[in-house]
Amino acid sequence: MTGTSLADGGVQRAIARRRFLDLAFQALALLILILALGSLIALITDVWRDGFSRLSWDFLTGFPSRRAANAGIWHALSGSMLVILVTGTLAVPIGVASAIYLEEYSRRNLMARIIEINITNLAAVPSIIYGLLGLGLFVRAMGMGRSVLAGASTLALLVLPVIILSTREALRAVPPSIREGSYALGATKWQTVWYQVLPIALPGILTGMILALSRAIGETAPLISIGALTFVAFAPDGLWSPFTVLPIQIFNWVSRPQVEFQANAAAGILVLLALLLTMNAAAIWLRDHYQKKLS
Amino acid sequence: MSDPATRLTALGALASRSSQHQHPPVDRPVKIHAESLNFSYGSTRALTDISIRIHPNVVTAFIGPSGCGKSTFLRTLNRMNDIIPGTRVEGKVLIDGTDIYGPGIDVVALRRRVGMVFQKSNPFPKSIFDNIAYGLRINGMAGTRSELAERVEESLRQAALWDEVKDRLQTSALAMSGGQQQRLCIARALAVRPDILLMDEPASALDPIATQRIEELVYDLKKTYTIVIVTHNMQQAARVSDFTAFFWLGRLVEYDRTDKMFTAPAEKVTEDYVTGRFG
Repeated sequence: MTGTSLADGGVQRAIARRRFLDLAFQALALLILILALGSLIALITDVWRDGFSRLSWDFLTGFPSRRAANAGIWHALSGSMLVILVTGTLAVPIGVASAIYLEEYSRRNLMARIIEINITNLAAVPSIIYGLLGLGLFVRAMGMGRSVLAGASTLALLVLPVIILSTREALRAVPPSIREGSYALGATKWQTVWYQVLPIALPGILTGMILALSRAIGETAPLISIGALTFVAFAPDGLWSPFTVLPIQIFNWVSRPQVEFQANAAAGILVLLALLLTMNAAAIWLRDHYQKKLS
Repeated sequence: MSDPATRLTALGALASRSSQHQHPPVDRPVKIHAESLNFSYGSTRALTDISIRIHPNVVTAFIGPSGCGKSTFLRTLNRMNDIIPGTRVEGKVLIDGTDIYGPGIDVVALRRRVGMVFQKSNPFPKSIFDNIAYGLRINGMAGTRSELAERVEESLRQAALWDEVKDRLQTSALAMSGGQQQRLCIARALAVRPDILLMDEPASALDPIATQRIEELVYDLKKTYTIVIVTHNMQQAARVSDFTAFFWLGRLVEYDRTDKMFTAPAEKVTEDYVTGRFG
């Protein structure tokens, strides 16, 4: 080893090799990112070119028509929003409560583990299966018919495991020292959960909830299988009303032979994407808002 | 005789002997009285046959090497170990004559009476005011707003924190320094008016000046409270406590007046530990 160099030849070669690997990996990762984003951008630009000219106030507030130029999307847009609202109202309280029970109250025994494994499995069950369950349970057995309520109940089942899992994740991230601090002051379990654990976990719970609902809003298969109509000429006027949703309407337009309806489908996709992006933006905003309040 | 083997033999001798060194020969009222307490985490025995009488209005220090059971024993005194699944307790812990492991004991009420300060300060991610007010609110101890504010101020004064924070009660507790956060946790524990205060290495993460402030605080608080403090720091035990208990391998080896423990301990193991020969 010489006095001037920090390392001898062998070590220097090893370092050079590691730096090359470092750089190569970075380049590869960047390439993959460009590929993924590029295809997404290409897709959106394509849809935008096809559908942008159809976007108008009349399109948003209009109803389906045999003539493509007159057709609107309000029936499906309002259907989607109503279904998601009801889905959230059903799934969020049940999901959050289940997660609180599993994470904070239940004993770590065999039963708890079986339930845990099943919830994880349910999150991966294909949505069409939920659709068939909804058809048998809500539409037929419970006599809800092909209503908004039946559709929302089916979607609620579908997103329930996702909400439970993400809520548990959020609860688990709350430091145990906070719980100990609360118990040491004579707090009950419920007081500890309600006043200390939930507020800290809230940003994570909200994010999980909105991501789950974003999944539900794009679902088509379970709603088709419970018989959500593919041609509805009116906006839903209540929980028992027949309905359609954006993905079904888009599917309907895409499957028509006329080119004009393809433009309608593209415009419908843009509306659905806008709705999704709005929901995701809301998730981010809520998360940041509540995190700021904490620090 | 400082090698582990000899010390183990000494422990064997200790266990078979009567517990003559486990109670200092003083005639004082007893606040906490543990009787033949055994404790295990699952199948791992952590405490064996602990018997001790802790006196009111003094500071009692628990010392001993890591893993000796001193923190575990401290946590049996307010049943904090209950929240860890798979733990088991045998024996009795009497506080003012009542067995806290007996039937019909409300753990929530017990923890209100036996406050605890943890090794790592754990303020809630709320304002300074709300940190103190939390215990009062959940225990229904403050009827009106002004009463609540009064109790918060009183607790902060007791913890020698009021002058530093009185102008920023509504700011986040997480913005305070480490030493302030720990004193906030002490104030929070005092707010619900316990009569015993358990402190689990309260100064181990603090700098010397913050540590000194905590020690001064402990000295002041013993007039009102029974204080049990776990510490790794022998000088700290010598400085703040009136009585010292030395734990080793899950047993209480020796318990006496602090000055005696540090100058003329009865057991060779205690002497080896307090003079820094192991631990």
